[in-house]
Amino acid sequence: MSTPFYVSPQQAMADRAEYARKGIARGRSLVVLQYTDGIVFVGENPSRALHKFSEIYDRIGFAAAGKYNEYENLRIGGVRYADLRGYTYDRDDVTARGLANVYAQTLGTIFSSSGEKPYEVELVVAEVGETPEQDQMYRLPHDGSIVDEHGSVAVGGNAEQISSYLDQRHRDGMTLAEALQLAVQALSRDTNGSQREIPAERLEVAVLDRTRPQKRKFKRITGSQLSRLLERGAAGGAAESGAGGDEAGSDAE
Amino acid sequence: MDFLAEHQPELLPGNRQLPPVQGVVEAPHGTTIVAVTFPGGVVLAGDRRATMGNVIAQRDIEKVFPADEYSAVGIAGTAGLAVEMVKLFQLELEHFEKVEGTQLSLEGKANRLSTMIRSNLGMAMQGLAVVPLFAGYDVDRGKGRIFSYDVTGGRSEEQSYAATGSGSIFARGAMKKLYRDDLTEAEATTLVVQALYDAADDDSATGGPDVARRIYPIVTVITEDGFRRLTDDEASGIARSILERRLEHPDGPRAALL
Repeated sequence: MSTPFYVSPQQAMADRAEYARKGIARGRSLVVLQYTDGIVFVGENPSRALHKFSEIYDRIGFAAAGKYNEYENLRIGGVRYADLRGYTYDRDDVTARGLANVYAQTLGTIFSSSGEKPYEVELVVAEVGETPEQDQMYRLPHDGSIVDEHGSVAVGGNAEQISSYLDQRHRDGMTLAEALQLAVQALSRDTNGSQREIPAERLEVAVLDRTRPQKRKFKRITGSQLSRLLERGAAGGAAESGAGGDEAGSDAE
Repeated sequence: MDFLAEHQPELLPGNRQLPPVQGVVEAPHGTTIVAVTFPGGVVLAGDRRATMGNVIAQRDIEKVFPADEYSAVGIAGTAGLAVEMVKLFQLELEHFEKVEGTQLSLEGKANRLSTMIRSNLGMAMQGLAVVPLFAGYDVDRGKGRIFSYDVTGGRSEEQSYAATGSGSIFARGAMKKLYRDDLTEAEATTLVVQALYDAADDDSATGGPDVARRIYPIVTVITEDGFRRLTDDEASGIARSILERRLEHPDGPRAALL
């Protein structure tokens, strides 16, 4: 019989966190931004059928980076939680905060139970309010903590770099086209700082639009609608490019 | 629903223990629902009355609900149970759509509703029946379709028009004489209100347009563009124009004899 090696709890946790982080970093990043009429989800996704973003409930959307089967599992769990809540009580009683708490519990339990491998996922739960001030965005890293975010969130591979890029440039009251443009710019920056082109058909875009008359505010933006928005964003960007260019220049210095 | 049955079975209507009762339980009943297809869609409408025995329980009850973007369900029978059934039905369609990422086929929706009615059979035997009418736009075939049900969950597709509830016999008679297969949307909405008027004319449990209280039938239209409920103004417009004609001809429009 062999004696197991002693591993300190700190070391064990650090190893697990490292494992999860590496798994998440393999996936492509995605960003979630507030704009004047709601919240937009933008990510690079070569698949048309396997979504990174999804509707959870009327005003609540879900975004995930990492391993597909694991976040799909969490997504379905979330839909069930929300639908059961809404049916038992009322549609208004389903909130992003409640859902984020459930996710945090689940992720936290899995992360710290020694029998299971930690989930290699990072989630964003967003809820669109009546006004931009009431919008809520929560980021849930692999270990089950909750981070309350405002303005913009990035998760996945080089999330840190992207979110610092977004933090500098995101402002309140952007239009959808502007926000989309900014998101695509952020996503197309590689780790080494170089730019690459992401074609429209590799983009997955969805919005929680507070101006939609239906109760369910989630909507995917695809095809011609997406390319129209991208064009409009590019046109708007060109008009501001004087200021934007200067900024970029000063960044480089 | 399977998930619900596993985790909180008490929330499902079919799983409730019924107290043994003698005779019939008195509970509000909804009455007449009618539906008509027209090229490009389907119209589903209902009167606003709920009765409890000989008493009018509610004058402005709503008995036609959107099930999802492309279908609607109108209910006749015990109001409390029916409303709950619709709520569960809506939930299930939405749940399926979110989890699977695609909508159920219209056929699939109709079958699901059938199972739900069947699970209520025990209550139906005690006089608490729910008999809905389901109408939707079939996106694959590009036309409106109607499904009618009986208390046991038996489902049958109706080709042109259908009615359910206590006033349905009279409504069906009216629709039979007025229906044509080239109706426009505006004509179809007028037709259903005519039918409801005739039902209210002869059935005490069906409410006619109530001009004094401004309560008009609920008329919904489902087309390629999805579900739409006529606004109060639109519904009152139709009801008032019918009412005006009926002041001269109380029995409504006459069909040709031969």
